[in-house]
Amino acid sequence: MHELSIALGIVKIAEDEAAKAKAERVTKIELEIGVLSGIELDSLNFIWESAIKDTVLEFAEKEIVIIKGKGKCIDCDTEFEIEKLFDPCPYCNSYFKGILQGKELRVKALEVI
Amino acid sequence: MCGTCGCGTENNGPIISKPGEKNHSHGDQHHGEHSHDEHHHHNGHSHSHEEHHNHSHTHEHDHNHKVLEIEQDILQNNQLLAARNRGYFEAKNIFALNLVSSPGSGKTTLLERTLADLKAEIPFYVIEGDQQTLNDANRIAALDIPVIQINTGKGCHLESDMVYDAVKKLNVKDNSVLMIENVGNLVCPSMFDLGENKRIVIISTTEGEDKPIKYPDMFYTSDICIINKIDLLPYVNINVENIKKYALQVNPKLVFFEVSATTGEGMDGWYQWLKKLKLEYKN
Repeated sequence: MHELSIALGIVKIAEDEAAKAKAERVTKIELEIGVLSGIELDSLNFIWESAIKDTVLEFAEKEIVIIKGKGKCIDCDTEFEIEKLFDPCPYCNSYFKGILQGKELRVKALEVI
Repeated sequence: MCGTCGCGTENNGPIISKPGEKNHSHGDQHHGEHSHDEHHHHNGHSHSHEEHHNHSHTHEHDHNHKVLEIEQDILQNNQLLAARNRGYFEAKNIFALNLVSSPGSGKTTLLERTLADLKAEIPFYVIEGDQQTLNDANRIAALDIPVIQINTGKGCHLESDMVYDAVKKLNVKDNSVLMIENVGNLVCPSMFDLGENKRIVIISTTEGEDKPIKYPDMFYTSDICIINKIDLLPYVNINVENIKKYALQVNPKLVFFEVSATTGEGMDGWYQWLKKLKLEYKN
């Protein structure tokens, strides 16, 4: 359950940023999570309520933008969508690839009052 | 709640201790470290903070409602401290390895054998990560190797701040090899860089051929894959080539060693690699 560490990391970022902006609380938080980031969304949602209790995020709406995985084949330069880390290039079947996107794990924005 | 280790309460934080030492909590020190990070964090983001102020000015009709575009990586704290560890290791010419695997793959046995066989040639230091007990640290201490145990409590992985504290306490000498045995868990530790030079994933022949694709993140982020317990191959229905095939699908750059830490079979290849890499990192 490393999602708990992740959720608490999100809370810390929100607390820090809200304090810097002298905001009372956060009304909305936007997260960007890539499908290859290693985060299980069900687990994150499961522990979310307990992680945000008594914090600036307690009443915040949570919006998660899911970022698809994209890779580029090192052997033939084909760009393709990746759902799993071991997906081969659909053109030449090579497993050698660079990951272009999908590893994101970011707090994109906060709406505060 | 502790924001770094994910532990339930303040009293439940990681405990860092040496074998034979009175077991006491370092929760306070750990949390002290947190506030230190906060300090860094504020410095690092002073620019974007200004920007946000401008941004909010342009939307003044919005009353008190402001949007802060922060674009911050959630793992940033861990990565900053990992970078600090890495700089420390580089300055002191310490070759650091992060050993990861599911529980029971033989990490500690592999470590014991390696330390016993090579300790005359290489100065070793060990950090042991487990949720509970000093058992592993005691096994290493029995070999006269300096060791620190990190008990993560409810935490399922080591993070870079724990390693930072442990390394300081361990007082690692220059030109040595630091072995960090992570918490036995094939999922969570994959996301947390500790500042190591190389990550080593250990899988045993009793675990099932398709483990690399069931738990791809760990194999994707590792440099070396040690297949342990090959002495059991006659008794288990497993083909080592299939393990490698699956692992290479996830990470085509993985280098393999097939060993039995119990009988010593195949350990030489791993030792040669260790000695060679230690020299390479000396530059």
